[in-house]
Amino acid sequence: MRLFLKLDINSICKTIIQEQCEKLALEYEILGFGEVNIKSAVSDAKLQELSEKLAVYGIQIIENQKSILIQKIKDTIVEMVFSDIDTTLKSSVYLAEKLNHSYGYISNLFSEVTYTSIENYIIIQKIERVKQLLLINELTLTEIAYKLNYSSVAHLSTQFKNITGLTPSAFQRIIGKRRNNIEI
Amino acid sequence: MQTNTIYILLADDDEDDRTFFRDAFAEIKINANVNVVHDGEELMSYLKRTDIILPHILFLDLNMPRKNGLECLAEIKQLEHLNDMAVAIYSTSASEKDIEESFVRGANIYIKKPNDFDSLIKTLNIATTINWQYHTDSLNKDTFLLRIE
Repeated sequence: MRLFLKLDINSICKTIIQEQCEKLALEYEILGFGEVNIKSAVSDAKLQELSEKLAVYGIQIIENQKSILIQKIKDTIVEMVFSDIDTTLKSSVYLAEKLNHSYGYISNLFSEVTYTSIENYIIIQKIERVKQLLLINELTLTEIAYKLNYSSVAHLSTQFKNITGLTPSAFQRIIGKRRNNIEI
Repeated sequence: MQTNTIYILLADDDEDDRTFFRDAFAEIKINANVNVVHDGEELMSYLKRTDIILPHILFLDLNMPRKNGLECLAEIKQLEHLNDMAVAIYSTSASEKDIEESFVRGANIYIKKPNDFDSLIKTLNIATTINWQYHTDSLNKDTFLLRIE
């Protein structure tokens, strides 16, 4: 006997997801096709387990794929800022070439997942480097500005103030005092 | 996803301020879980509980009964299990002395309480977003200072 089946993909997937979430005792809510909200706190191990259970049915948690690319974007930015790579190249061009995706794509993905933009992330990393250099205390602010390709010391100071709310010298003074405080 | 939830704790004795704070977070895109305590004593016993998820950021009012913000800050800095928690001073004071002293004693963020709701949303959004970068990217917490007015 040959049976002809009418398949309702939507409810099949829904049932599978329900069963697997319940097996792992996850509190969940199916938001629509391809989207599930897990309400309880989930450990990485449990998420991994769910991911493996669903993979049997050909269902993949895409968040991971995205996170991998996001991590690559971040790593590339950190490398760019901290290792004095050829800075004549625009960062958008550099990232696109390095990651093999269009800048539009990575930029949108980044904003969607990280609550910030690539431009802002680069600035935060640059200020981190400035902080580091300030605390090593080997270079003057002018030299730091030059090293990190700021057009002027004023530009660097303004960006520092925008990100931290403090001037570079106030920052240095506070960290200095804090260190003395700990020693006492 | 759950892994993107930011846990937030506010210690403030003023009921209106607590309400504004919660309402402001409801307006922010970030997925935040907000808890409140009412004074310094309650804060310290909360942070010593073992059945809670420790907050990523503590917003700490300076002027509180029973134990004030700076006293709490000093205690927090002595507790090793709270090393990863960022401390944001959340105060009506904008005196340079308070600000500098808070930072020197180990606060990461200093926020002067904004006067209107829109600025509050904006301020909390900035503080939470930048802190999230520090949290997820293991940036150097020791040099994380942020002043918002």
